[in-house]
Amino acid sequence: MTPIAARKGETLERAFAGRSLWADARARLFRNKAAVTGMTVLGIVALLALFAPFVSRFAYDGIDYSVVTCAPDWWPFEAACKAGPGHWFGTDAVGRDLFVRVLYGARVSLAVGFVATLVSLMIGVLYGATAGYWGGRVDALMMRVVDILYSLPFIFFVIILMVMFDRNFYLMFVAIGAVVWLTMARIVRGQTLSAKQKEYIEAARAAGVSPFGIITRHIIPNVVGPVVVYVTLTVPDVILIESFLSFLGLGIQEPLTSWGVLIADGANTMESAPWMLVFPALLMAVTLFSFNFIGDGLRDALDPKDH
Amino acid sequence: MIGYALKRFLGALPTLFIIVTVAFFMMRAAPGGPFDSARKLPPEIERNVKAAYNLDKPLLVQYGLYLERLAQGDLGPSFKNKDFTVAQLIGIGLPVSMRLGLLAMALATSLGVSLGIGAALRQNQWQDYSVMTVAMFGITIPTFVTAPILTLLFGVYGVHIFGLEFNLPVGGWNGGAWRNLILPVAVLSLPQIAIIARLTRGSMIEILRSNYIRTAKAKGLSANAVVLRHALRAALLPLVSYLGPAVAGILTGSLIVEEIFGVPGIGRYFIQAALNRDYTLVMGVVICYAALIVLLNFIADMIYGLLDPRVRLS
Repeated sequence: MTPIAARKGETLERAFAGRSLWADARARLFRNKAAVTGMTVLGIVALLALFAPFVSRFAYDGIDYSVVTCAPDWWPFEAACKAGPGHWFGTDAVGRDLFVRVLYGARVSLAVGFVATLVSLMIGVLYGATAGYWGGRVDALMMRVVDILYSLPFIFFVIILMVMFDRNFYLMFVAIGAVVWLTMARIVRGQTLSAKQKEYIEAARAAGVSPFGIITRHIIPNVVGPVVVYVTLTVPDVILIESFLSFLGLGIQEPLTSWGVLIADGANTMESAPWMLVFPALLMAVTLFSFNFIGDGLRDALDPKDH
Repeated sequence: MIGYALKRFLGALPTLFIIVTVAFFMMRAAPGGPFDSARKLPPEIERNVKAAYNLDKPLLVQYGLYLERLAQGDLGPSFKNKDFTVAQLIGIGLPVSMRLGLLAMALATSLGVSLGIGAALRQNQWQDYSVMTVAMFGITIPTFVTAPILTLLFGVYGVHIFGLEFNLPVGGWNGGAWRNLILPVAVLSLPQIAIIARLTRGSMIEILRSNYIRTAKAKGLSANAVVLRHALRAALLPLVSYLGPAVAGILTGSLIVEEIFGVPGIGRYFIQAALNRDYTLVMGVVICYAALIVLLNFIADMIYGLLDPRVRLS
């Protein structure tokens, strides 16, 4: 806590400015143990994924037929063979190091998660803000379109899109993003609509704040909260969709990999090599949990009604 | 009521039309066709085959022809499964998928609601915390992870619980024998149980704080009567509006479950058909699922009207 007394070099006005909405929210977020744990775990996973080539001495596509489907050295159960030092998670059916592959899977899954969410954020915010700002007939028409798209069995369209793009990995971002923007658009529209006619906006206008000031100081902070929360909850959703597609063989292609592919491989060999299923599944579950905890923490932190 | 149903039905037609249109052109935009195979057909035979299925005509003409047949209730022949029409294939696969889906829904609703009520009545006690922790797992961990892990435990290792040895079949349908049903239904319903338990707990807690519940308690009703007769009806409302998304979730899950457990339902057809460019079969399954979702949303609204006297359907 900063003492109220002005520190050296600070103007009196700044010392008494009080805490902003964001500083308040940040403090609340960091008091939430689950959210902090989530952020830490996610940070570690992201760093490991980012520096995957330097973390292990094995290459993600380095085939080694002398250690085919071997358990890690510390594996406590029965296994046909041990992979030897350095293979912390064992090896897969062609002797590739599983630890590195799980990290490369994390790269793909996280990248898809963030990029597709970004795509959905851009479409959703633009669409929702336009509808909310315009209002009237334009709004009614635009939201009718969203309603119709909402009632589509969306997973089928993702699958058809993937087939249409001939399983192109980069277009998967677009395919998923193009499908998950609907909720984003609804949230942004609703927020814009209600923010537009709040008393504090009127008060700000009466006090002579410029339109630009109203938008940046009053509307955006009030619209951003739910959007940020929804974004953190969309990322795990997208990771799930990607893994789902990869699991079905519609996603990423060998030798690159993602959690969905690794889990699918693991499921096929789980009788003889359960570690191939356990580690990717575990890391994925931990990551998804982290995102959910962060999302819940953000929701609590950003919702002023709750305090 | 009949007027309302009719209105809803007419309202659903444009939605279905858009679905058909989008799916039709997206499928056709995909590279390759149903008759591209490793062995190249002689050009004249390929021409004949394409002519037989109208594939040699311009796309818009094909679309018109497809709509015309669809309007007569004809989904056309399957391109890949020779000797079968799409309607026949759906007729074989749909009952299987429906059986799985309905069982999973029934299990999810009954178990989810009971767990949710239990947690709400013991709010912030260990029962509540354990149910909510398990629910968190159920929501976060995807079907394609729980399916292999449960198979490993109960199918491969044959885990003993309460002296019972579980040695369930790891796949196959076997005409829908109950032993073959247990694992797919369990996997399919797990996430739904979790979501429903959470929803029920949330709305139950809110309802239990309301004035009319205090009145019911004050006039000396037993705890059971308060919960079952007064609180439950109102607490189930959010659940009814969740029915639509729940069905969509079960459908998505069934794609995975049918693939993993080798269940011959229509979800499996869909993936195969999309990969093989079996245009008519893809369209058939999409239409079938879309119609199901529309129908269930309608049923959900009807139930909502029955449960909530404030809602009048007109």
